[in-house]
Amino acid sequence: MAIPKVLGIETEFGIVGGPDHDPITASTLVVNAYAQPGVSLINWDFDDEMPGHDARGFPSLTSVAPLVETHLANTVLPNGARFYVDHAHPEYSSPEVRTPREGVQYDVAGEEVLRRATHAANELGGYRTPVVVYKNNSDGKGNSYGTHENYLLARSVEFPDVVRAMVPHLISRQIICGAGKVGAETEAGYALGSSFQIAQRSEFFEEIVGLETTLKRPIVNTRDEPHSDAERYRRLHVIIGDANMSQYATFVKLGSTSLLLAVLEDFGVDVFPVPPRQPVHAVRRFGADISLAASVEDDNGQQRTAWDYQDQLWHLARRYVDDTGAPAVADIGEVEDILRHWREMLDGVRYNRDAVADRVDWVAKLRLVEGYQERHSLTPDDMRLRAIDLQYHDIRPERSLAARCGLRTMVSAALAHSSTTEPPRSTRAYFRGRCISQFSTAIAAANWDSVVFDLGADPLHRVPMMDPLRGTAELTEELLDRCTTVRQLLDELGA
Amino acid sequence: MSEQEQIRKQRPERRADDTTTPDVDSTRGDQIKADLDDLLDEIDEVLEDNAEEFVRNYVQKGGQ
Repeated sequence: MAIPKVLGIETEFGIVGGPDHDPITASTLVVNAYAQPGVSLINWDFDDEMPGHDARGFPSLTSVAPLVETHLANTVLPNGARFYVDHAHPEYSSPEVRTPREGVQYDVAGEEVLRRATHAANELGGYRTPVVVYKNNSDGKGNSYGTHENYLLARSVEFPDVVRAMVPHLISRQIICGAGKVGAETEAGYALGSSFQIAQRSEFFEEIVGLETTLKRPIVNTRDEPHSDAERYRRLHVIIGDANMSQYATFVKLGSTSLLLAVLEDFGVDVFPVPPRQPVHAVRRFGADISLAASVEDDNGQQRTAWDYQDQLWHLARRYVDDTGAPAVADIGEVEDILRHWREMLDGVRYNRDAVADRVDWVAKLRLVEGYQERHSLTPDDMRLRAIDLQYHDIRPERSLAARCGLRTMVSAALAHSSTTEPPRSTRAYFRGRCISQFSTAIAAANWDSVVFDLGADPLHRVPMMDPLRGTAELTEELLDRCTTVRQLLDELGA
Repeated sequence: MSEQEQIRKQRPERRADDTTTPDVDSTRGDQIKADLDDLLDEIDEVLEDNAEEFVRNYVQKGGQ
């Protein structure tokens, strides 16, 4: 049986403004400004960070592992998320959740965290050029920053099978999950000559498989850092994907990928479509083709479009749900919702785009760009069209174009708000978040798989959480309700 | 012949019950289309004043 698809999304936000127009300064101010009543900034425990571990099991001579930065602003939130400065961006890493719908909930909560943090930073600083944050992945000048997804996967699945099975999905899902982009910004992008691309990130991918995340980005990332029991689990770190403003795009992105990983665990690799002969070429080509007519050759010499791949993968997932119910992904109601929206978005991008402009980001953005271009008789390279592209992702409601173009929502404002402080009940993030709410001043550090308590005179006490499915509300709520001191909590845990 | 039918004919290997008729709600689409004009009016109001400067100044350091 497939293992539960625990998942999460990490987003590096674009940032401008601040006292000296330096993005690191601005990011630091934003993270530090996110003051939470009664909660101090929580350090990150770097003990288990191993970004150099390669899932292929051998050290790569050509890949350079990302450096772990330990000195920049960091905090862990009562909802179990990590909020920190990564490279030159504020990054929100959602808490681990059990289902795609919860994934959307905590992704949207992240937008609110950024909104409140930015507002607080600007109130405190009174900068002439206020800090503004964008939920996008590129500056249009050749610089990209990521939105990564993470999925729990059985260690027993061989990594080459993960690559073989997932490449067709990772290169083609952009036709429903791409966030859209005006113009091109890399040599590869210019060569494709499209004035509008389906996805923000596709032109930045240069390898099929690799360890890197900032250079020579690979379609399948091999970072083998499970943040859990490595004997039993892998964490698939998906670095190819866009930050979505559309909640349903996030839902289908997480849902389709979770379903296909469960298919891989239960049905094996042979049921997946034949991958393209040149995956890097395919992801760029598909990304630059809003007609969706472009096809590439697969390993058997057959021509396939991105739509063909998605259609075949949808049918595979449909069959899997019919056979198993896919309990590893979510309850059947949610799984059916995933399949329904995935199907509608897929048919919509091909047959009736207006009908899915309320769910597919690139379709929604393209309508604005084309409508505005036509109304004012602009050339495709007019700066106002690029401004529309950027402003689509502005997280301020008074400026955001995504907030105005009729995107359907699935997370209410009230739920998004409460999810900035309430952890998910379904994973160990519950224990982490509750500890931070309850015992913030006694926490020396925390990370994905541990909480470290400082009781003063004693040595530090590290509570390991190597299983993402323990530490849930079901298992720890009563204990946490009962404990009024950290000492009592540790005694009861036997730590 | 509709585009959909042509596609089905190209895929004889698929079982009949596998194919899905596009289930798209066109009334909703009409509504969105009607709203587009209003939306374009609104863009004129909220779009950053100096688009060229705004776009030029939007420079990021690369990330992951």
